[in-house]
Amino acid sequence: MNQSRSWRARGLAAAGVSAALLLAACGGGGPGGEQGPTTQAGASGFNAGSTSVVNPSDKKGGTLKFANEGDWDTLDTSETYYAYSWNFARLYGRSLMMFKSAPGKEGNQLVPDLAEGPGEASSDAKTWTYKLRQGVKFDDGTEVTSADVKYAILRSTDKQTFPNGPAYWEGLLDLPSGYKGPYKTPNMNTDSAIETPDKYTIVFHTKAPFAAFDYLAQQPNTMPVPKDKDTGAKYRNTIVSNGPYKFEDLQPGKSFNLVRNDQWDPATDPNRKALPDRIEVTLNVNPDDIDNRLISGDLDVAVTALGVQPAAQSRVLQDPTLKENADNPLSARNWYTSINPTVAPLNNIECRKAIMYAMDHTGYQTAYGGQFAGGDLATTILPPNIPGYTAFDLYPSGPDHKGDLEAAKKSLEACGQPNGFETNISYRAERPKEKATAEAFQQALSRVGIKLTLKPYPQGDYFSSYAGNPPYVVKNKLGLALNGWAADWPDGFGFLSQIVDSRVIRPAGGSSNTSVRIPEVDQMLDTALTELDTDKRNQMWGEIDKRVMEEAVIYPGVYSKALLVRSKNATNIFVTDAYGEYDYLGLGAQK
Amino acid sequence: MFAYIVRRLLWAVLLLIVLSMVTFSIFYLIPRLAGATPETLAARYVGRAATPETVHLTAERLGLLDPVPVQYWNWIKGVFTGAEYDYGSGVETCPAPCFGYSFITRQAVWPELLDRAPVTISLVVGASLIWLVAGVTVGVISALRRGTVFDRSAMGVALAGVSLPIFFTGLVALAFFSYRLGITAPGGQFVPFSENPALWAYSLLLPWITLSFLFAAQYARLTRAGMLETMSEDYIRTARAKGLAERKVILQHALRGALTPVVTIFGLDVGLLLGGAVLTEKTFSLNGLGKYGYDAIVTGDLPKILGVTLVAGFFVILANLIVDLLYGVIDPRVRLE
Repeated sequence: MNQSRSWRARGLAAAGVSAALLLAACGGGGPGGEQGPTTQAGASGFNAGSTSVVNPSDKKGGTLKFANEGDWDTLDTSETYYAYSWNFARLYGRSLMMFKSAPGKEGNQLVPDLAEGPGEASSDAKTWTYKLRQGVKFDDGTEVTSADVKYAILRSTDKQTFPNGPAYWEGLLDLPSGYKGPYKTPNMNTDSAIETPDKYTIVFHTKAPFAAFDYLAQQPNTMPVPKDKDTGAKYRNTIVSNGPYKFEDLQPGKSFNLVRNDQWDPATDPNRKALPDRIEVTLNVNPDDIDNRLISGDLDVAVTALGVQPAAQSRVLQDPTLKENADNPLSARNWYTSINPTVAPLNNIECRKAIMYAMDHTGYQTAYGGQFAGGDLATTILPPNIPGYTAFDLYPSGPDHKGDLEAAKKSLEACGQPNGFETNISYRAERPKEKATAEAFQQALSRVGIKLTLKPYPQGDYFSSYAGNPPYVVKNKLGLALNGWAADWPDGFGFLSQIVDSRVIRPAGGSSNTSVRIPEVDQMLDTALTELDTDKRNQMWGEIDKRVMEEAVIYPGVYSKALLVRSKNATNIFVTDAYGEYDYLGLGAQK
Repeated sequence: MFAYIVRRLLWAVLLLIVLSMVTFSIFYLIPRLAGATPETLAARYVGRAATPETVHLTAERLGLLDPVPVQYWNWIKGVFTGAEYDYGSGVETCPAPCFGYSFITRQAVWPELLDRAPVTISLVVGASLIWLVAGVTVGVISALRRGTVFDRSAMGVALAGVSLPIFFTGLVALAFFSYRLGITAPGGQFVPFSENPALWAYSLLLPWITLSFLFAAQYARLTRAGMLETMSEDYIRTARAKGLAERKVILQHALRGALTPVVTIFGLDVGLLLGGAVLTEKTFSLNGLGKYGYDAIVTGDLPKILGVTLVAGFFVILANLIVDLLYGVIDPRVRLE
């Protein structure tokens, strides 16, 4: 056993790499001298990885080390529902479509993966056909067929077994009445929803038009699962891979490794370079320890990409060497505040506008951690990295972004509340940033006489019992509710549908949409989903955004950003806009 | 003696059952009394896209729809006779002692507890040996050299040790010794003793030292105070008057008398830490019982919380029993009879 020596050797090697990088930086030379063939000149400097490839290389081999500060939600592709996990799943699974492994906005582009091409739509956008690539195999050597894709999707609809996953399929597909998934209703014919006329063709039938179907097809739940190897809820520990890597030594809650899958044929896969030989993932690691290890070079990737902790943040931003090896990407997330028109006097749009004008926007940003760890000031619901984003600002907050108090007072007069009013603001008690934001609201709005009372609630049932429960909101006068949303995928529907469609509001609670009830917007969403032209559809998302903002029912706080530290060992480092994280598919390793 | 031990063990079983009832009530009964429905409880264990139907199905799967006494009965029955678990594509038998399945990760709790116990035991055994030897030694020397530079320095360091939180000393130690100097293992490393004793010790060296620094300080102060007190006792003067060597007076008479409170505290400390050295395990990313319990509390994973609570309770009861038995050995004045 030479683990001890190996640790020390890694320490020495890391020190050597650090020194080499430092020397290269001092000499002005770019990286790549000993990294094998490079494909292009690498970018460098602070935030270079957000738009370009840093340390490009095609060299194969080496090991990448990932760490997760918590447990993985699940590695089962039928259920996983975190952006980092979807990003990572592409290493061991292949979905029908996928986001291109490319930096910045190019990473938002959908490309066929298991499918030969994008879905072919019927004219009413209710039938979608995909042809599968031939020769794709599971890690046990059996060929992947359309039946495996169908089975994977159907099992994901069993919400008693997989309650945490996305719920698009069961809502959209034309499944027979009473269908409860392949475990509980194994003999039910599901051809009305998904047909597999041959081994390489899969046809989807939806209940309503869904023009953005290719986005659904990129979800990991379209990654095939072999029926004979499925073990239900336990499959998360026995995943059968069909990507370039397969699992080794999976220890739930502790760690797992990915090693090369010898059944993966690069000829069937134009999207993956599969550079490292091995990927080691450690779970439940102290976040501060993760930062220390990233900075020292002992670790390559903090997989959840939430950004470094406050202790390391100041260290990275103040040290020029560390800072130039850091990135500050925008994620497709908006930390916003719902303004509930069901709570008087916010049923009057002018009172809502008074809040929009009176809030200190920089206070919001500071509460979330400032410009690097918090994000950019938001004036729209859609973040800039979502196609369809249109820049506008309906409620300018003054040149210093601290609020336009004159405009706020005029709105209060128009509302019939010239001296202000009283209402409550809810936030999740476990989130200090939300508490700080609520306090910032309290302070800023008091300048125009609006008195806010802070109402913390447990995050576990924040939406089901409190801020997302319409009767509770009215009864307890929760005029404002701290909120936040990240897109399931970077597309207007992926971002907007769950937070601006009034039909997702449930009387018993549980919806993230607590304030938007605009029938016209519902109609606009439906219309957009029938538009097969992507550019036209994207334009519609921007129009929906503006229409919602006109009603002043959402105060957009910050477009979320995170401060990420680049690995010293990794090559091909770049952020993909699809996830707002380093693209885990593209990364290589020097050693 | 044997009857005493058996009686204490029977009491321990009863205590553990009461402990399980209290824990169960805190997490299952009190929320219900406060108005929570099975669905609101289940809402914590579903994804953000869950429909009310999904939440209801989850409540059903987790058994939350049953009355609380029935839920407890099912749980305790599982501990003694085992249980069955529906994992979707089939049913799995969970043999006794079945502490249930995690609401989040769907893993059986008991095997996970067994898996994590060696980490905590290794951590606590190593650290407790260091802090006991170091703390008692420093305490004795400080008492014998009262008022000297050594005494003042040692007590100053002890004060620092007691004052500094482990999540600070641990992170600083990791950053310096592991990541800067590379002489100790990085966080998150644990090699079982059975696999390689040398690597086992190497992987735990820094957590041991950090944890023992905190406790050694307390033990040094405690031993010093005890020694100062016993050194002024009549029997010490008598021992000296009889012409006993000073070494014998100190080690056989003074230290023995001073050790009784140290052993009491040691038993309690070891027992509590065996139930979970939460901060140390969290700081060093060690997958022991403490971190397991901490993560369970953060995620509201009730079966895991119950499991860790009972294991922690077991260790505390066991440590107390051992301490009681040791009293008689250390102090001839105390006899169980």
